[in-house]
Amino acid sequence: MDFKLNKKEELFLQMIRDFAENEVKPLAAEVDEEERFPIETVEKMAKIGIMGIPIPIEYGGQGGTNQMYSMAVEELSRACATTGVVVSAHTSLCVAPIFENGTEQQKQKYLPKLCSGEWIGAFGLTEPNAGTDAAMQQTTAIDEGDKWIINGSKIFITNAGYAHVYIVIAMTDKSQGTKGISAFIVEKDTPGFTIGKKEKKLGIRGSATCELIFENCEIPKDNLLGKVGKGFGIAMKTLDGGRIGIAAQALGIAQGAMDETIKYTKERKQFNKSISKFQNTQFQLADMETKVQASRLLVRSAAYKKDNGMPYSTDAAMAKLFAAETAMEVTTKAVQFHGGYGYTREYPIERMMRDAKITEIYEGTSEVQRMVIAASILK
Amino acid sequence: MKIIVCIKQVPDTTEVRLDPVTGTLIRDGVPSIINPDDKGGLELALSLKDLYGAHVTVITMGPTQADAVLREAYAMGADRAILLTDRKFAGADTLATSNALAGALKMLEYDLIITGRQAIDGDTAQVGPQIAEHLDLPQVSYLENLEYDGNKTFRIRKATEEGYQILEVDSPCLVTVLASANKARYMSVRGIIEAYDKDVEVWGFDNISVDESKLGLKGSPTKVKKAFTKGVKSNGEVFEVDTEEAVGIIISRLKEKFII
Repeated sequence: MDFKLNKKEELFLQMIRDFAENEVKPLAAEVDEEERFPIETVEKMAKIGIMGIPIPIEYGGQGGTNQMYSMAVEELSRACATTGVVVSAHTSLCVAPIFENGTEQQKQKYLPKLCSGEWIGAFGLTEPNAGTDAAMQQTTAIDEGDKWIINGSKIFITNAGYAHVYIVIAMTDKSQGTKGISAFIVEKDTPGFTIGKKEKKLGIRGSATCELIFENCEIPKDNLLGKVGKGFGIAMKTLDGGRIGIAAQALGIAQGAMDETIKYTKERKQFNKSISKFQNTQFQLADMETKVQASRLLVRSAAYKKDNGMPYSTDAAMAKLFAAETAMEVTTKAVQFHGGYGYTREYPIERMMRDAKITEIYEGTSEVQRMVIAASILK
Repeated sequence: MKIIVCIKQVPDTTEVRLDPVTGTLIRDGVPSIINPDDKGGLELALSLKDLYGAHVTVITMGPTQADAVLREAYAMGADRAILLTDRKFAGADTLATSNALAGALKMLEYDLIITGRQAIDGDTAQVGPQIAEHLDLPQVSYLENLEYDGNKTFRIRKATEEGYQILEVDSPCLVTVLASANKARYMSVRGIIEAYDKDVEVWGFDNISVDESKLGLKGSPTKVKKAFTKGVKSNGEVFEVDTEEAVGIIISRLKEKFII
């Protein structure tokens, strides 16, 4: 067993840290404050290949690993959680399901443009009445011979409005339950498909989160992803992979908060000494750092298993559960260490605390992760 | 166009610490990077490649660990990498270093040789100009901008203490580049993934025809007598007075210290 990064991964980490520090971090407060999608950062990331890391070169990807991809999401999120989720939703929720389930024709049509970053991707599963109970899909897709007609709506869709390609889950045969659910590829500007209201959120405020509305939206027959009735499985498998991305995002947020807190506690003097000299500070920081490192090992282990074709669903659930709860705990404590300053927008730490909360909610709440983990040990 | 870029691996720090006993650099715990001016030189080469098409070779002299900076150069877009390493090159000062590098460069084809202005661990700014002398090439140092006519002539803006000069030079030639001349590109993800699958050619003493007496410690006229870490200066004194009084104070202090 080897816990060391290999030389490629070391070089990759050097590049992505440098990029996050110089290109992403300087914009983090601004995209949060202005609730602005960091499109210029996406263009820069596209140029160096960050939008298609774990996809083979033959489909326009970079031929990298899920390990590298999760390291990228971690380092980007360490600087700006918004930027981290843009990459994670694009890669895990749109590029990956097309790569894993698409026909050769679909892969050739969509992957090169998605991996080059010319197109951004998104994924639509959640509905007003289908959140954790994702099987309660009310969006329908009717087979009309040479086309599909989609009706319904999706909510809380990351990258909506900026994405060119959407993976949309819809009911094709209600009588079949989860076996009557199918997955589709819908391009922006398809007649009958519009973007609804944009959510105003607590955190990751630069990320675009909108409603998708389908009114007699006609898509070509070829845009069915996978087989009819296999959509629920595709969605669940997609989320398994997505959880590695969100776990990496949570880890990055927690690490960013650690960086700020270590610096602050050394500088901040009260009672004539740095607050880092107090044992209460030291013991709390030790616990926080231990949890961050444990999260990192869980994320790396899940990514390793995915890269090596091993079952990773439970590992991804554990990584996301633990990293998300660690991010929330670490950022909350980090604000406490910063005192009144930490509560203001003069310091980045309150933003990190707001950003952390979503990692316990999206792509499966912490409760869903516990259901997944429990099911795997009690089967 | 064939371009060769000479790069150096240096410790990533502006506060170089020295071992008080041996007088050598303390490298433990300090990550190594491509020297910033050399990275500017590599970016210049790669931007010429983007605009006009060029073959870019990077060469470095150093211990085997210097392989890392060549991989980074590959990941940025270099086409060929050579590591010049041999025990006989060890302990080289700038002259012996430039002898070895010039010896290697003689074995290669080039239209343009690029070096950084100076390395952050030595700050001599001598190796580039010395290579040009050994190879009998025209040289322009302190390059902050370069325009190419697409044929044979480079129009170069050279930084000087007072401002700048615009010079024209024909290839083959050598330029030394400032890090501020451009913003070096990031390594690309694919470049990183492929960097370790590419060959780094390892050249030693036997690959170059240079007299052994001109290399390494033997070929180095510079001897380090003593090295020490500069002591921290005191904070100095602050006087909030008008200009005339300030001038008086400064003159009297300088006289006290027998400076004037």
